Amino acid sequence: MKRGIITALLIFICFLLQCTVFRALAFGGIVPNLLIVLTASFGFMRGEKTGLLIGFFCGLLVDIFFASVIGFYALLYMYIGYMNGKFAAIFYPQDIKLPVALILCSDFLYGIGCYVILFLLRGRFEFTYYLLHIILPEIVYTIAVTLLLYPLILWINTGLERSELRSGKKFV
Amino acid sequence: MSPIVKKKGEKFTLPGKYLLFILTILCTAMVLLTFNTKVFSGPLSAVAGYIVVPFEEGISVVGSWLSGRSEELVQIRELLAQNEQLRAKVDELTIENTRLQQDRYELTNLRELYGLDSQYDEYDKTGARIIARDSGNWFYSFVINKGASDGIAVDMNVMAGSGLVGRVVDVGPNWAKVKSIIADDSNVSSMVLSSADHLIVSGNLKMYASGVIEFGQLVDSDGVVVEGDKVVTSDISDKYLPGILIGYINTITPDANNLTKSGYITPAVDFEHLEEVLVIRQLKQNVPD
Repeated sequence: MKRGIITALLIFICFLLQCTVFRALAFGGIVPNLLIVLTASFGFMRGEKTGLLIGFFCGLLVDIFFASVIGFYALLYMYIGYMNGKFAAIFYPQDIKLPVALILCSDFLYGIGCYVILFLLRGRFEFTYYLLHIILPEIVYTIAVTLLLYPLILWINTGLERSELRSGKKFV
Repeated sequence: MSPIVKKKGEKFTLPGKYLLFILTILCTAMVLLTFNTKVFSGPLSAVAGYIVVPFEEGISVVGSWLSGRSEELVQIRELLAQNEQLRAKVDELTIENTRLQQDRYELTNLRELYGLDSQYDEYDKTGARIIARDSGNWFYSFVINKGASDGIAVDMNVMAGSGLVGRVVDVGPNWAKVKSIIADDSNVSSMVLSSADHLIVSGNLKMYASGVIEFGQLVDSDGVVVEGDKVVTSDISDKYLPGILIGYINTITPDANNLTKSGYITPAVDFEHLEEVLVIRQLKQNVPD
């Protein structure tokens, strides 16, 4: 219950920041993708099920407000969350390399997915342009933000796990 | 203990891959359903609107205040120089204005004679503030703080200053989504004001940085369209009201087929610094003849 509320709040805050504050702080019109950071982090911290659910709700929020059809971003984020969940077995909180690498790959996949479905299929073939001007800058900016946001997410998750452990012990 | 009785604390759990499968089908169904219809947009946008929009409004006020202050500091020096120039311009324009007022007086008289009314000044407009912008980097759409309860409906045209910004594509009770004309998937049927030649203005992500919009399919057999010509929305568009200024032709080149021309338009609206927009509460579909 507590976990559900806190996770919902996190999704909500990240979405709000991404389309308001970070829009004002955009470098060259590029905003970092906080929702990918959130989806991927919960994926590899908590496993595939949490990852895919958080991805689904993040995507759904984007769909409702900014997409022309409902379901596309939900699908994309959900699969990214699920794939990150596969790495939960080799995730250790002390290690920062795996999370950064996974978030990097996730954002790259997200960029490729967006390009192929939303642009390539409409006959926009200049892949290198989009790679250099949209996908890569977004990854760089996202990774920079990850270095600040990820420790916060990790701290919240450890706090939650600890409190769940405590309340779990009470009944035994 | 009988196998039917559930053990305490043992909950039914759905494995991840089944959940993924179910949600994938759900998403695909939603994509297919919302591709042509607007089944979900009503309830979903109502719920999301009441939860998210109040926060977006608050945050965007703070955000625009902050960016406004920082920009002010940069601009003060620039403004002082500009002020000097503008004063000179004011004098110049005052003279011109008096001359134009005379012309206008004449025009009104002539219009009355012809039974025409000045069409576009009288559209019922409403101001709205932009409270959120596209969360990704691929398209350029934004959310405004007025919705169905303020009389906004899908396909209403959105302007800023004197230029066209885009149109409303989705509407919630207290918010509306606007797709701008510079978005990559937007096409506007328009015409050159001077020669009434039709052309298609299409947004292109590659052109965002250079501040221009692409146009194409301009049939200009007489070769009269030149750089600097005004481009306005055409009367054959079924979404856009006619005669709204889009921008000015920046470059124009003949296509390889030698029949049509294409090039770039400098938009009349500064899309970088949009904060407030005007929504025309008149749909093209119900414009009285």
